Amino acid sequence: MSKYFLNYLDELESEAIFVFREVYAQFRNPVILFSGGKDSILLTHLAKKAFFPSKIPFSLMHIDTGHNFPETIQFRDDLVKELGVDLLVGSVQEAIEDGRVLEEKGKNATRNSLQITTLLDAIEDNKIDCAIGGGRRDEEKARAKERFFSHRDEFGQWTPKNQRPELWNLFNGKMRQGEHFRVFPISNWTEMDVWNYIKRENIAIPSLYFAHERKVVWRSDSWIPVSEYLPKIENEQVFTKKIRFRTLGDITITGGIESDADTLSKIVDEVSSMRETERGNRSDDKRSETAMEDRKKQGYF
Amino acid sequence: MKIDKNQLLRFTTAGSVDDGKSTLIGRLLYDSKSIFEDQLDAIEKTSKRKGHETVDLALFTDGLKDEREQGITIDVAYRYFTTPKRKFIIADTPGHIQYTRNMVTGASTANVALILIDARKGVIEQTKRHSYIASLLQISHVIVCVNKMDLVDYKEDVFNSIVHQYEDLSSKMMIKDVRYIPISALEGDNVVHRSENMKWYQNAPLLHTLETVHISSDNNMIDARFPVQTVLRPQNDEHRDYRGYVGRISSGIFRVGDKIKVLPSGFTSTIKSMNIHDKQLEEAFSEMSVAMTLEDEIDVSRGDMLVKVNNSPEVTQDITAMLCWFNEENARPRAKYILKHTTNDQKAIIKEVLYKVDVNTIKRLEDDKELSMNDICKVKIRTTAPLMVDEYIQNRNTGSFVLIDEATNETVGAGMIM
Repeated sequence: MSKYFLNYLDELESEAIFVFREVYAQFRNPVILFSGGKDSILLTHLAKKAFFPSKIPFSLMHIDTGHNFPETIQFRDDLVKELGVDLLVGSVQEAIEDGRVLEEKGKNATRNSLQITTLLDAIEDNKIDCAIGGGRRDEEKARAKERFFSHRDEFGQWTPKNQRPELWNLFNGKMRQGEHFRVFPISNWTEMDVWNYIKRENIAIPSLYFAHERKVVWRSDSWIPVSEYLPKIENEQVFTKKIRFRTLGDITITGGIESDADTLSKIVDEVSSMRETERGNRSDDKRSETAMEDRKKQGYF
Repeated sequence: MKIDKNQLLRFTTAGSVDDGKSTLIGRLLYDSKSIFEDQLDAIEKTSKRKGHETVDLALFTDGLKDEREQGITIDVAYRYFTTPKRKFIIADTPGHIQYTRNMVTGASTANVALILIDARKGVIEQTKRHSYIASLLQISHVIVCVNKMDLVDYKEDVFNSIVHQYEDLSSKMMIKDVRYIPISALEGDNVVHRSENMKWYQNAPLLHTLETVHISSDNNMIDARFPVQTVLRPQNDEHRDYRGYVGRISSGIFRVGDKIKVLPSGFTSTIKSMNIHDKQLEEAFSEMSVAMTLEDEIDVSRGDMLVKVNNSPEVTQDITAMLCWFNEENARPRAKYILKHTTNDQKAIIKEVLYKVDVNTIKRLEDDKELSMNDICKVKIRTTAPLMVDEYIQNRNTGSFVLIDEATNETVGAGMIM
């Protein structure tokens, strides 16, 4: 039998590297959208591989809600220094102060959908023609229909019914002035693939992904970390739990899971026996059946 | 068979309302334990709301708002599951004729096509259409699932007669490997678990078949082709003289020391080194993304192709191809399009439509030469500069292209070179 075949992680890696190089060849001013989460960290690792021995030819762009885990920001700044790339920050806080967006009120308030305006402003202000994101098709049903090269009109909107057919390895990045593309190199990866690859490549990730003790409250069926940004509810009980995070979003909406997994191997084992989807702990997706689809149409990540 | 472990297999399913495609996918995901509890909860709630007594597995493949409202699949949806043997990517595509372009899209990267036949109906028009697309797109393996066997009392002769019908059909097409499995997606017979109701069926259930079908030799490992994506010239001291040609090997195998030729220029050189990141390679094969350096400083840029000196593709401005039209606007005769082939973009015109294929009857229509949405035609195309092409049947990557409308930037057609 032939020895000439790739195992699935090598094939996914090869596909992602190909996509990164297509972005470099087809666009003038691309950025990597960087949230500090594992998927965007994986993107920088794959980009490093795609352009070695050159450094990554793109800036990182962080859409900063102001509601961050401090660990995420520290990690971001260290990584930017290590990679020798520029960091662009779009600030939701500034957009609120400038009156560009209105902050949500109430105990379930989040800045999640406020990111859309800031993201689109940052893309326009920096004349970005391609924003590379860590979206994966296994995450959510609206994402399952997303292209590798996803066209956005001049308002930054996604029209799912009128997407360009994408065949073989042929990616069409042609567009008019003022439009842009979102490109998703890890479209075909699942959460499990991401963890297996992080383990195989020994990629550094924020400590938040590993089990640690933290003060938390029980809201919307998950353990939400107590922070200065979390709207208080009277008489709510605060627990100290050993938890870790499966995904990292805003500190106000990212629920942790109780866990003892404090190494990559233990995380891989834990994830493979998980019975809930990773976005199940994200209250931003629980708002309605089409929460993600609606946000994506407007220009969300 | 340890060697097949951890391979990635892509398969496509096509189907219309009522043929059980969504139920089959739901069953595969459910019985292979690829469905999470929160997804199951959501589906149970929806099933109840809709008045179903049991969980409607088809709901797992629910998509966008419009699709849910109409109860159909419109766009290709990609779904994922993994077993200890393989990782699977399903391109879940609609089956209705008006979505031919989406079926073609899903088929373009598939190793295996699942064709669903309703045991009560046998081979119908839609079966022909799906099979024709599978053969046109050169999917190496076809698995015919004769579904709803529970509704024909699991009778062997019903299954056998459908197998004969299908053999008759597939003999007229270019399908290399066909397997037949009698299933009931609804009841779970022969999907993941062997059926207790069809002891007469001796072969493997669907999932086991998907896990073991041999795909390592589906890629072309003979004709070495390396379309150059871009050139890396790092501006740092350590790598001052490095000039790396990067790309994804379309087919074949390259080794350090191989004599290569650059097309279309024809310059020759020798491979000096190959690497993925900081890992040096002695050999690299399809479909690895690598960087190559050459012994000689020659002019190489995006759109060029590196091949071995003794094995070249055809270098030509005139191609004949099967073209599937995707756009609501008909093809304009002699209008210019951008033809995207490997990493090479060239202006092109459709010189002549030779005939159209009726995808329901697989008959040639010699008189109808209008290229409308979802039509499949044999055409002659001329480009402004040479392309380096192989026949699609020999090489999926160097035998395929898409056409882009210059005015709208939309991808309007996809072609397979003959």
